[in-house]
Amino acid sequence: MSTTNSTSATSTQVPDSHGRFGAYGGRYVPETLTRALVELEAEYAAARQDATFQSDLEQLLKTFVGRPSPLYHAKRLSQTVGGAQIWFKREDLNHTGAHKINNTLGQALLTLRMGKKRVIAETGAGQHGVATATACAHFGLPCVVYMGAEDVRRQRPNVFSMKLMGAEVRPVTSGSQTLRDAVNEALRDWMASVEDTHYIIGSVIGPHPFPMIVRDFQSVIGKEARQQSLEAWQRLPDSVVACVGGGSNAAGIFFPFIDDSEVRLVGVEAGGLSALPGENASPLTHGQPGVLHGSFSYVMQDEDGQTCPVHSVSAGLDYPGVGPEHSYWKDTGRVQYTECLDGAALETFDRVARTEGILPALESSHAIAKAMEVAVGMPTDKIVLVCLSGRGDKDAAEIARLRGMEY
Amino acid sequence: MSAIDQRFAQLRASGRKAFIPFVTAGDPSLEVTRDVLLRLSACGCALGEVGIPYSDPIADGPVIQASYTRALDRGIRLKEILATVGALQGEIQMPLVSMVSYSIIRRQGESAFLDAAQAAGLSGAIVPDLLVDEEDGFRRLCHERDFSLIHLVTPTTPPERMRRIAEQSTGFIYFVSVTGITGERTKLPVELLDKVSWLRERTSVPVCIGFGISQVEHVRMLSPVADGLIVGSAFVRRLSESTSPEAAIKACEVLARELISAMDSTQA
Repeated sequence: MSTTNSTSATSTQVPDSHGRFGAYGGRYVPETLTRALVELEAEYAAARQDATFQSDLEQLLKTFVGRPSPLYHAKRLSQTVGGAQIWFKREDLNHTGAHKINNTLGQALLTLRMGKKRVIAETGAGQHGVATATACAHFGLPCVVYMGAEDVRRQRPNVFSMKLMGAEVRPVTSGSQTLRDAVNEALRDWMASVEDTHYIIGSVIGPHPFPMIVRDFQSVIGKEARQQSLEAWQRLPDSVVACVGGGSNAAGIFFPFIDDSEVRLVGVEAGGLSALPGENASPLTHGQPGVLHGSFSYVMQDEDGQTCPVHSVSAGLDYPGVGPEHSYWKDTGRVQYTECLDGAALETFDRVARTEGILPALESSHAIAKAMEVAVGMPTDKIVLVCLSGRGDKDAAEIARLRGMEY
Repeated sequence: MSAIDQRFAQLRASGRKAFIPFVTAGDPSLEVTRDVLLRLSACGCALGEVGIPYSDPIADGPVIQASYTRALDRGIRLKEILATVGALQGEIQMPLVSMVSYSIIRRQGESAFLDAAQAAGLSGAIVPDLLVDEEDGFRRLCHERDFSLIHLVTPTTPPERMRRIAEQSTGFIYFVSVTGITGERTKLPVELLDKVSWLRERTSVPVCIGFGISQVEHVRMLSPVADGLIVGSAFVRRLSESTSPEAAIKACEVLARELISAMDSTQA
């Protein structure tokens, strides 16, 4: 295992030119997709240096999304915990209600730059689907969203929003009918449509350059949070906590803090019902390195290399893989990864609703639950910053169903 | 020289083309897989392609994907597949190659996978999600063992890259006919003929075409420009739709004979 110092020295240099974060990442896809990935890599490299592209994106994030999102002191929650002060980075206040829009606007601008005429996306909780549908409506691009049939059921309000904005939602009935199968279907569509279609992938997963592009677009979360910390407290937070499914909000908030070795970074996976196979979605906690969806990273696989079924109460975390950069951060020790069970996430949802007047997304509830554990052992002048990655309105119906309540 | 190289050398010497059927291991059962491979070999197929079921295939269309899911739902394991294939050694004429995801190879470990595959008598592998850019180590291992590593080129592959892939491919080059996934199609793109001819003039490695081929007209159109043709979904569909194992195997034999005869009668 590398030391923290070597992590600091290399953090800004990953991925390398082969899309590798240490041993992780790469590009494990059919040859058909190679040309599009090479083209995307070149176009993104150019866009990164292009002041007009950057200012167009900045302007959109400001006027269309409502950035910067505030830092919010969860005072009553902190009091009930009785330890460090808990603060939220309010990505739930973004247009469309989650961090996903940061990435979809960036990638929609790339789509226009590449002259592609159509967009496809996968979605789990539906937040990325809504964010993609929104970006496409904004730019007048036709949009098809693949969504597991099980998730279509769990996340009805988001399905309806996507349709309202003109996107076509295609339920995926193969396999586990969740996010993993939606990614497979989107990749299959892309195999046939690659010449005029861009695939806006929603997390820091997939073949190079996607994990890097999504991380960069989501890094606006961490850049703002770092700046806002210095303004609010004249120092950095002691700890930053985020939930990890594919890992885009976590990568976005962690990345700008990677070189700040005094800031403890904690990623929270979906512990589901238990540590038993099939009852959680925690590849960094219970999986091992393998190849899934185009990159080498931690994954839930059986001994043959078949992807295992996974479970989480939260659709956005119900995924057997994780972004390659998280695997790299795990192995270098820069980020600690842990998990939160379904039950604890649901309790936290209630607690935050009642003490703060905020319905957090079930995904984000995993992070808040762990942040409370982190805070409890710390002096009251310490600060734990949580990425409140999305709002929980979308989860209300599912929570009602789980509790046998009327909605 | 692997068994695949020898087979193409024989075919070329006699002015013939390779007909290569694909079947999914374990769908509908490993017994049927064994029997259909024997039958296909006996009726003149040059090589056989054995699909190792994978949970998340992204290059495969609905027919092959569904067959993978059925096989996996019945709990099929890699060991059993290799045991079934291994038991054919000495009995079957046509060399066998596996179509296998790199996810499966990586999980076994590259060397361990090759040990097991070679012990089962497999002569090579098509790894649809392993690009030439990613496989330095694996290619070296395959080369040392004379195990063919068959690469794919596609209509979206630029010419320079096509040449590079051809240089690194052993056994044969798998030319993907369409931009898309596997599955039967009524029409195949005409510009394909030029692209295959272009590549064939620049490499000594045999070039075989696959994806979308299922009909006599396809065979007549493509076999003059290729060293071989690969047919997958049409066999997989027959194996899954038939009423009995014997009917399924018979249906595959009928299709193979029909397409081989079209191929032989089209030879220039």
